[in-house]
Amino acid sequence: MSSSQGAPAFTNPIVKWIDRRLPIFTFMHHEYGVFPTPRNFNYWWSFGGIAMVMLITMIVTGIVLAMNYTPHVDFAFDSVERIMRDVNYGWLLRYLHVNGASFFFIAVFIHIFRGLYYGSYKNPRELLWILGVVILLLMMATAFMGYVLPWGQMSFWGATVITNLFSALPVIGDPIVTLLWGGFSVDNPTLNRFFSLHYLLPFVIVGVVVLHVTAMHVAGSNNPIGIDPKGPQDTLPFSPYYVTKDGFAVVAFLLVYLAFVFFAPDFFGEPENYVKADRLVTPPHIVPEWYFLPFYAILRAVPDKLGGVLAMFGAILVLFVLPWLDTARVRSARFRPIYKWFFWLLVVDCFVLGYCGANPPEGYFIPLSRVATLYYFAHFLVILPVLGKIERPLPLPNSIAESVLGGARK
Amino acid sequence: MRKILTRGALTLAFLAGPALAAGGGGFKLLDTHFKFEGPLGTYDYAAVQRGFQVYKEKCAACHSMSLLSYRNLRDIGLSEAAVKAIAADVMVDDIDDKGAKVERPGRPSDRFRSPFANEAAARAANNGASPPDLSLIVKARVDGARYVYSLMQGYDDMAKASAADRAIMDGYAKKATGDAKATFAMATGRNFNTHFPGMQIAMPQPLRDGDVTYVDGTKNDLPQLSKDLVSFLAWASEPKMEERKNTGVKVIIFMLILAGLMYAVKRKVWAGVH
Repeated sequence: MSSSQGAPAFTNPIVKWIDRRLPIFTFMHHEYGVFPTPRNFNYWWSFGGIAMVMLITMIVTGIVLAMNYTPHVDFAFDSVERIMRDVNYGWLLRYLHVNGASFFFIAVFIHIFRGLYYGSYKNPRELLWILGVVILLLMMATAFMGYVLPWGQMSFWGATVITNLFSALPVIGDPIVTLLWGGFSVDNPTLNRFFSLHYLLPFVIVGVVVLHVTAMHVAGSNNPIGIDPKGPQDTLPFSPYYVTKDGFAVVAFLLVYLAFVFFAPDFFGEPENYVKADRLVTPPHIVPEWYFLPFYAILRAVPDKLGGVLAMFGAILVLFVLPWLDTARVRSARFRPIYKWFFWLLVVDCFVLGYCGANPPEGYFIPLSRVATLYYFAHFLVILPVLGKIERPLPLPNSIAESVLGGARK
Repeated sequence: MRKILTRGALTLAFLAGPALAAGGGGFKLLDTHFKFEGPLGTYDYAAVQRGFQVYKEKCAACHSMSLLSYRNLRDIGLSEAAVKAIAADVMVDDIDDKGAKVERPGRPSDRFRSPFANEAAARAANNGASPPDLSLIVKARVDGARYVYSLMQGYDDMAKASAADRAIMDGYAKKATGDAKATFAMATGRNFNTHFPGMQIAMPQPLRDGDVTYVDGTKNDLPQLSKDLVSFLAWASEPKMEERKNTGVKVIIFMLILAGLMYAVKRKVWAGVH
């Protein structure tokens, strides 16, 4: 799309025939073959592709798991254990899927923080960023419903706590909860609709990913120095340069993921979820999956239920307007000496929130989670708007090629 | 926490949280080494078989293992004939071809027979507490193998508790009641166990020195019986563990080679543009 080259000359007659009627080969050539990509990407730019690989892994393993899973409160737990014990390589499929969720979130969180550091959400990439936040929301909904499916104790009580949050909303709250439950408590209708939606939403994610990638191909990629390519000397064709670089990054990431799958498959899990759901026994500490912990901490930091729910959703919604909250003209934190520090403070803040979310809301965790929550919102609502006005960015290089190759050569 | 450290995995600070939060046992768990631990650990099948004997003779009267079938026992090294004999020893409910309810001897394809017809019956027979199913018990508890091992040996005379232990026990009572002056007191029909969360357990001491006699002459004191039992329960929790680890070694070697090749290709492709 942003490439100006015409259709390549295909020699294979079948390819030619198809391409004249449906130019998929030309499309692939433009968007993934010669697509001009900034030559200075570091490995942080590989996490988009890694996230894509994880999405595909989740869909493929999920489809096969669904062939062996029974969405019924009386059979769900046992059917998961049947997959672990009797289905050929069922244990592998399930461990790939369970750990895949964690590693999908790891990839996406790194991808998001990369965008934050290098200002990838700024003009002209606001829509690209917003579509990314939509993907994050869809992922969270999908992961939450997926965690309910094994029907263990944490599945049941997590579902009870999270769905109950909606009841805090005035007027529409209770009808929404009833609709989510399909009744008046978390029960079989809840499990059924969650299974249905857990199967549906990944394909919605694929749809939004297509839009996300399309928007990226229109605007072109951002890059570590955040200035636009000024000519062919600043870019490289996507293939073979980034096919090989991203390829190596994907394999390295999968290596870590598979190490967990085969040698610590329950590392990210809760032992409590190997106990079948029991509505009469409440676990001592109900904790969500680790990727929700920062949001869970924000929810509990606010002493009012409705306020907590609004703050939790607000923590994500604020990302939608981030492109307009950050008033700085310069994209990359490399040239923003003060923002750089605030970025790392935000990273630390998110870890602190996660730590608070993992622990019971008592003792010093209460003030700690409140301070961390306030700081999270202050970062976006106060620091970023003000910082853009007062910070003096460092001088930008003239071009990408100059910054990579040194001024002397070109 | 121990689990996380010994696995030497990435220790993002907040990931350690859930494991800690879900803890809540009594005193420090007893330490021992199980052969199945570690990234390459395998089951000690002699111990697993002895542990099955302990389960069969001491635990099965109250605790079900509904996820296991008798046929699974072939995986721990029992012969086809032995499995058939074990299955045939129990009577299972069935329906004959006229539709009448009958009892017949078990077959290898039957699930382990549960000691109680349903949960209400289990509660009624056990002072109101339902004995948990043991199929997944090692996976369903934090540091499960060491927890069960310690629990079996955690029965003690409360009067012998030291001052330090007393302080921990009173701490439980204070937390449970919210009363700063509360002291630890046993409820009726409960047993004192230093490794059970809250230290009061409905189950009376299930295992003692010499309770089970092994045919192979292995000593049968309480630590040995406990360890063998845990070996069996760990196997029952994850019968495919060895297959998982073996496959994992091959997969990781493959991925390392692939990563090396990918890196070499990347270097070669990029050599001209740096």
